Amino acid sequence: MNFEFSDEQNLLREQAAGFLADKCPPGAVRAVLEGDASFDAELFKGIADMGWTAATIPEKHGGLGLSYLELCVIAEELGRVVAPVPFSSSVYLATEALLLAGSDAQRQAWLPKLATGAAIGTFALTESAGQASPDRLATSCDNGSLTGSKLPVADGDTADFAVVVAKCDSGDGASLCLVPLQADGVKRTAVATLDPTRSHARIDFDHAAAEPLGADGEGWELTRRILDRAAVLFAWEQVGGANAALEQAKEYAMGRYAFGRPIAGFQAIKHKLANMFVKNTLARSNCYYGAWALSTDASELPLAAATARVSAIQAYYFASKENIQTHGGMGFTWEFDCQFHYRRAKLLSVNIGSERTWQDRLISAVEAGQAA
Amino acid sequence: MDFSDTPEEAAFRQEARAWLTANVPSMEDLEGLDEVQRAKLWQMRKYEDGWACIRWPREYGGRGASAMEQVIWNQEESSFRTPASVFAIGQGMAAPTMMAWATEEQKRRYLPPLASGEHVWCQLFSEPAGGSDLAALRTRAEKDGDEWVVNGQKIWTSGAHFSDYAILVVRTDPEVPKHKGLTYFFVDMKSPGIETKPIRQISGESNFNEVYFTDVRIPDDHRLGAVGQGWQVAITTLMNERLAIGGGGGLGFRQVFELAQRLTIDGRPAIEDRSVRARLADWYAQESGLRFAGYRAMSALSRGEIPGPENSIGKYVGASKTQDMASFAIDLLEMSGVVSDPELSSHSGIFQYAFMGAPGLRIAGGTDEIMLNILAERVLGMPQDVRVDKGIPFSQVPTGAS
Ligand SMILES: Cc1cc2nc3c(=O)[nH]c(=O)nc-3n(C[C@H](O)[C@H](O)[C@H](O)COP(=O)(O)OP(=O)(O)OC[C@H]3O[C@@H](n4cnc5c(N)ncnc54)[C@H](O)[C@@H]3O)c2cc1C
Ligand SMILES: Cc1cc2nc3c(=O)[nH]c(=O)nc-3n(C[C@H](O)[C@H](O)[C@H](O)COP(=O)(O)OP(=O)(O)OC[C@H]3O[C@@H](n4cnc5c(N)ncnc54)[C@H](O)[C@@H]3O)c2cc1C
Repeated sequence: MNFEFSDEQNLLREQAAGFLADKCPPGAVRAVLEGDASFDAELFKGIADMGWTAATIPEKHGGLGLSYLELCVIAEELGRVVAPVPFSSSVYLATEALLLAGSDAQRQAWLPKLATGAAIGTFALTESAGQASPDRLATSCDNGSLTGSKLPVADGDTADFAVVVAKCDSGDGASLCLVPLQADGVKRTAVATLDPTRSHARIDFDHAAAEPLGADGEGWELTRRILDRAAVLFAWEQVGGANAALEQAKEYAMGRYAFGRPIAGFQAIKHKLANMFVKNTLARSNCYYGAWALSTDASELPLAAATARVSAIQAYYFASKENIQTHGGMGFTWEFDCQFHYRRAKLLSVNIGSERTWQDRLISAVEAGQAA
Repeated sequence: MDFSDTPEEAAFRQEARAWLTANVPSMEDLEGLDEVQRAKLWQMRKYEDGWACIRWPREYGGRGASAMEQVIWNQEESSFRTPASVFAIGQGMAAPTMMAWATEEQKRRYLPPLASGEHVWCQLFSEPAGGSDLAALRTRAEKDGDEWVVNGQKIWTSGAHFSDYAILVVRTDPEVPKHKGLTYFFVDMKSPGIETKPIRQISGESNFNEVYFTDVRIPDDHRLGAVGQGWQVAITTLMNERLAIGGGGGLGFRQVFELAQRLTIDGRPAIEDRSVRARLADWYAQESGLRFAGYRAMSALSRGEIPGPENSIGKYVGASKTQDMASFAIDLLEMSGVVSDPELSSHSGIFQYAFMGAPGLRIAGGTDEIMLNILAERVLGMPQDVRVDKGIPFSQVPTGAS
């Protein structure tokens, strides 16, 4: 057993942190928050040039064929800087869907482009308010023709293709299909969300050309597997963000004076930050386990992913709101950067299913383990 | 104890409800008006028929009603959809301070336009270096004849951009310990030398401001309390602030409850989920506890007591409750919970809006941490932290800058 990242992986972390400090300072996040661009295109190009979009794609499809541990390291660093790029949609979701269920032709068509960042992919599941389930899907795909609406789809306004979860009368009630988005019968409308640093869209499909991804009637099971894998990567982003929020809170508390002394000296503030540290450490420790399970495709993955996800949601949300609180009035201003984490934390706490949904998956996985 | 109305109270309730039914502004009444205009229209309508600030004496624009009648009025008014108030600071904080500290002539002059909504007031207390540590504020006032000349900067002043008057605390003597060198004034916001600059909050809106003072002249007769007594006067304001801002935040139990009835979890109504029920029950109990605590505070007021520090509970519980409920509602909505566009999102985006506003509730009017300190120190009587700023001249208190 070995519970640490390797020297090479730590070196990658240093490189990633250095690159992002340079290319993704808070001003870059703010530019997307305040501007019209859907994402920071220059940053995304830089990320692709660093090979991060290619990390887990096999070499025969133009990727680097690295392990998932490397991708976890990258995810944590991207989360730390609240990167305004479509990385997660393209890499954790669309790439994973192709690796898991794509035909040779589909992989050959899209993976090399995903690897270089020439194409952006996304995953379109949600249609309406509340928990997604096969019987709540209205989008349907008949003979290569997709009709229905998806809202909200992360990066749906800029992605080149989407993996769409559609209803199916057989099997588990859903099928996946692959849909190019710059095509007839696809209408995309950007929508305002809590986190404008990550763009979202409503996509209306009206007899859009689509091809099946994986077998008909296996879409729900595939979705579960994709989300398990993505959950670990999102959890690393969340842990990165949570630690950045803690650092921000600490830095401010050390310099802010009230009652003749730094507020960092008040026990109420010390305990608040210590509690952030506790939550972050528990989440990060669970993320290690998730990273291992993901990288080895271990049978424990569903449990490890749900555990990492639940604790990372809790840690990031707590750190993001208490970071504002530590800043007092300043934290509530548009000008300060505390809002980046508050917004991103909430987005990441529901984007692939809420805390409650993952708590449920966690206990189901424990029960399954007991039965086995 | 009796939680039901006496016959007189029931009659009063009837009368209030009938008046409200006939007079609450309709959509057409409000069309084309901004937030402030809407609030003023509603306030003036109440004033004209004797339903504004009903507990105030008639000579100050009120109705001379009892505290219980105030409770009944609040219950009835809140069951209607009325324009949001912009008068909480003026009517809830400035007015009680004026009643306690101003001259009779000033009360008769300044209180009726507050009741009618003609004048909006704001609170010029907080400063960049004096928030939780309000008594560390630095804005200077120096005496010049029978006027004071004020220089400095206030921050976070809600509504300053549409206010006519303000309550103001300034430093008149930096060479004595911090609480002893403060003096309290009210000031005309149109005085030369006052400059207001909006601050954007995290939601993107601008409801509060920086307010700069450059040689602003304030007549000495606008002083409330003695020179050097400003902290004591400010405490009157802050105690009333507890009652004025309470725990609200635009989001209540009812809205989250209704959302849970509409959504599903695992194919069943979310409201049937045990964990959802448990959370909702907690919030219901909190809201109910706060409501009844508020009534009991009104009973105390009716006995002539001033609002006590125990009222910090309302603000402390209410703010976090709003944040937790908003977050929970977004979770119930799952992925679609991030959509904030009012056209596309459930309940016109109120949960997302409340989520972005809630962090401010936990800070405005005294932070969570300060509320807990008040409860521990002023209610429970526990000792203060060891303090480095006590008993030394304000000018010698350590600051981050030095
Ligand atoms: C939406 C909004 C509206 C406002 N409106 C007004 C207004 O109209 N008029 C006005 O005058 N002010 C207003 N304020 C200002 C408000 O009263 C102050 O922001 C608040 O008192 C906190 O002060 P601060 O921002 O300087 O934070 P700080 O005092 O710097 O606090 C920073 C952190 O330190 C903590 N802290 C400080 N001292 C202690 C201690 N002794 N023990 C433990 N923890 C401590 C705080 O709890 C906080 O977490 C408003 C603020 C907001 C957010
Ligand atoms: C935005 C804001 C809202 C506040 N709201 C309240 C509130 O609702 N209730 C409240 O009690 N305090 C309130 N306070 C004040 C708070 O209790 C602390 O006094 C203050 O935050 C920091 O204390 P200090 O060290 O400056 O003064 P302290 O050392 O706490 O007190 C200084 C002096 O003021 C006197 N004093 C303090 N409070 C009272 C009081 N309630 N009645 C009579 N004398 C008093 C003390 O006896 C002492 O002589 C509020 C402060 C802020 C910034």
